[in-house]
Formats: sequence, structure tokens, C-alpha cells
Amino acid sequence: MTYDFFSKLFGSDLIAALIQSLLPLFIFILPYALFAVWWERKVSAHMQDRLGPMRVGWHGALQTIADILKLFQKEDIVASSIDKPLFNIAPVLMFVGTYAAFAAIPFSSVFIGSNLDLGVFFIVAVSGFSVAAILMAGWASDNKYSLIGAMRSAAQIISYEIPTILVIITIVMVTGTLNLTTLSEMQTGHFWNWMILGGPGSSLSKFLLIPSMILGFGIIYISTLAEVNRTPFDIPEAESELVAGYHTEYSGMKFAMFFLAEYANMLAVSSVVAALFFGGYQSPCGYLGNLIGLKWLIPIEQIFWFTAKGLFFVFVQMWLRWTLPRLRVDQLMNTCWKYLIPLAFVNLIIIGLITLI
Amino acid sequence: MIQYFKNIYSAIATIFIGMKITFKHLFVPAVTIQYPDVKPKLPDRERNRLYVNFDDCIGCDQCARACPVECITVDTVKGLPTEDLGKTSQGKKKALWVTSFTIDFAKCCYCQLCVFPCPTECIYMTDIYEFSEYERSNLIYNFSILTPKEAEEKKANYARFEAEKAAEKAAKAAAATPPANASKEQ
Repeated sequence: MTYDFFSKLFGSDLIAALIQSLLPLFIFILPYALFAVWWERKVSAHMQDRLGPMRVGWHGALQTIADILKLFQKEDIVASSIDKPLFNIAPVLMFVGTYAAFAAIPFSSVFIGSNLDLGVFFIVAVSGFSVAAILMAGWASDNKYSLIGAMRSAAQIISYEIPTILVIITIVMVTGTLNLTTLSEMQTGHFWNWMILGGPGSSLSKFLLIPSMILGFGIIYISTLAEVNRTPFDIPEAESELVAGYHTEYSGMKFAMFFLAEYANMLAVSSVVAALFFGGYQSPCGYLGNLIGLKWLIPIEQIFWFTAKGLFFVFVQMWLRWTLPRLRVDQLMNTCWKYLIPLAFVNLIIIGLITLI
Repeated sequence: MIQYFKNIYSAIATIFIGMKITFKHLFVPAVTIQYPDVKPKLPDRERNRLYVNFDDCIGCDQCARACPVECITVDTVKGLPTEDLGKTSQGKKKALWVTSFTIDFAKCCYCQLCVFPCPTECIYMTDIYEFSEYERSNLIYNFSILTPKEAEEKKANYARFEAEKAAEKAAKAAAATPPANASKEQ
């Protein structure tokens, strides 16, 4: 819908496509990343009874901007023995993989980058980009810590993709669609229509689905947490073991790209989880726009709810980060292969049987 | 098999216990002291930068002798009998001009040993601890109230007085010697 609006406004499909593709970056991801970095520091500080950044702006709110300015001024250090092309492409590719995922995420009913019929599938596919980018970064750096980090990351992301996809399949079985907009539209109305509570309708199968859906949510939340390399699954960039993992050799804006990609990734998986289980952009309690008869208010409310849900799950990720210690590599693989994957399969079978009823 | 489900249960339960604790701490007031804006209260007998109340200093050099790192240097010159050097707050008469009294805080180890011997209690610790400098020479504090010119003048005065005294003595000696020689001859 925004695409139609822009193509009418400028009379050119090309300009409209360009603007449409840049909108999420500039109105959503960059402000979010600036906010999230500050917020993470504040959350971590207050969880440890500290204050965190306090000196730039109100309670250090402009600290991230100051840090970005600092990163801009930094020297772009390129060691002599690195593989230059791979080294330079890796941070860009990392962000491309993350940003491409946002193309299929519906921010509201009128604003979606590309209304793909294979939306969920597309997101799962492009998020695999980050494995390639991390491997490239680790390999090109010519540094043993970077390489170990990259290898761990590859093993981790590939392993945890399996439970993620198994849970997504259960959703697809229940709803019969891979399109995230359709999926979100199905969960309209009130919060009891959300997939976590068995989806729309009031049949017997809805109530039978609730425990399986909660289990599925748990599995997908844990496995997406591992996919974005956050604590307790942050062994690819374990500070105490590997300096900084695959981005050890990066400095200045290239490092900032990795940082931005990490935070954008957090939001991407959070919004996918929100779209799959918590109604995406749908309000939990009806729309004010419907109540007072202002139709144009609804998309704005939807953006608000989408942001709120996304940020809530990002907050839970931060919360877990400052609660749990890092897993060892074998514990990580145990969690995935011995617990999450069997449970996801059992969940798949149960939901399959329920949908047959 | 039972162990398997027990594992899952204990993992989830302990995660929630941990999350509860961290969430509680989110609302615990921070213990951070915003240092340059808010300063911590120091104990009563904290030892920081020294101060010399120069009105009371009699130039006895005891602090300099007590100092283990020799950061205090006191130069004095005797006052002339005709001069009035003033009194300390305890009513003692001063006898010496303190031409220079410097403390090198780059050397000072804040041991407070100089404070105790002072007979007039004019050297003591203050609560100032922020006095870093870019130049090391700026850390040498001069507490003397005499200007360098005055100090030179006092020194010259005393040298002249000494010279006069010596001359007088020599003259006296010269006057006293002939009778002594005479008595020897007798």
C-alpha cells in the first residue's frame, strides 16, 4: 500500500521501490538500533545495581550517537595478512542478511516491504546469510580466535535452525499459510485469537493446541536466541575465551556494521516470533481507531503494537543475557540435539494429530 | 527417561528463578555515586593535601625533618633583634623569617608524620584530593608569604647584621689583644 502511494506520488516505479526499500531502515531499524544499544546498557546496568551511561543527554540517551561519532572517526585497521575482499564484504553481507529478513515482516497492515506468499520461508532462508558472513569474517581475519568463533557460530546457527523450522512447520500446519500478513490478519480481534492461545475460532482443537503452542513458543524462542548469538548462546563471540570472536579484527564502521546487524537481528527474530505466536501487528484488545471511527488511526496503532511486541521480546533477550551464564559448546549442542529437536518433533506430531481432528 | 524430564523441568525452573532475581534488581536503587557531581563522604581523619597555616609557622623545620620522603623544604633566616616578626596564635614570639616553605606533592606520601611534630599545629591535612596537574612542577606548592624579593632582603639584612657583628667582635678583639700582650711581657 505504501508502494502504491509512492509510485502515484513520484510517477515512477523505480523511485517508489527505492524509497519503499529504504523506509524500514531509516524509520525503523536505525532508530531502533540507537535505542536498543542504549537500552541494553541501561538494563544491564540496573540489573547489576549500577546506573549505566548517565552523562550524554537525559540519562545518557544520546550515548549511542556519541559512540557512533567515535566509531566514524576511528581508523579502519586492515592487517597485512588478511583476505581483503572477503574481509570487506563480510560486514555488509551480515547486515544484508538481517535487512533482507525485514522485507517480509509486516510492520502494519499497510506497510510491508514485500508481501511474499513464502514470507516465513524467505526469512528462514535469508537469515542463513549470516552464517556465510560470519564464516567469511572469521576466515578472512586470519586470526585463530576469529576462526574458532566463526566455526562455533556456523555449527550453532545450523543446529538451531532445525528446531526453529520444526516449530514454524507446526504453525504452517495449523494456519495453512506461509504469508506473514495473512498469518497476522488471521490473529486479529483480541488476544485470545493469537496463535499462542491456539489461534482464531473456538473449536475443541483450539484448546487442545494451547499446551503445544506454548511448548512451540518456548522452543522457537530459545533457538532464535541461539541463532542471533546472544547470551547464553554467545560462544561465537565469547569475550572471556575468544577476544570478540569473528569480529575481533574489525574496527571502526565495519565493527559498527556487525553491531548494527546483531541488534537488527534481535529485532528481526523477535518480530517473527511475535508475528507467529503473538498476532504480529494486531492489537491485543481491539483498536481505538475502530472505537472512535477513525480508520487512518488503525495502521499507526498497528505500528505501535508491532514495535511494542518486538521490543518486549528484545527486552526478554536482554533480560536473559544478564541472567544466564554462557553455555559450553557441548552443553549447547546437547540442548539443541537432545532436548529441543526431539521436543520439536513430538510437538510437530501432536499438532499434526490435532489438526487432523 | 524420568531424568530427561527432570532435567527439562530443573532447567526451566532455574531459569525462571534467575530471571526473577535479575528482574527484582532492575528496581533496586543503584549504588553508583555520580562522582564529579556527587562526592562520597570521606572519613573524619582522611589524609589528603597538606595545608600550612603560615601565620603560625615559626620555621622550626621539624616537619621537614619528620618527612620520610623529604618533600618539605624549609629555609629560614634569623630575624634582626630590632624587627618585630609577630606572634603565633598561641602567643609565642617568632624568631625566624621563613624565606621559603615548599611541599612537593608529587613526592608526598600522605603519611601525616609531619603533622604531629609541629609545635604550633600549623601544618595539617585538608579534605582536598583533586589537585592533579599537567606539569609536575605545578605540584610544588610554596606556602611562604614572603615574596622572593622580600626573602632576599631578609637574607641580606641578616648577612649585613652578621657582618657588622663580626666586625664589632673583631674590633673588640683587636682592642682587647694589646693589654694581653703587655701582661705577658710583664
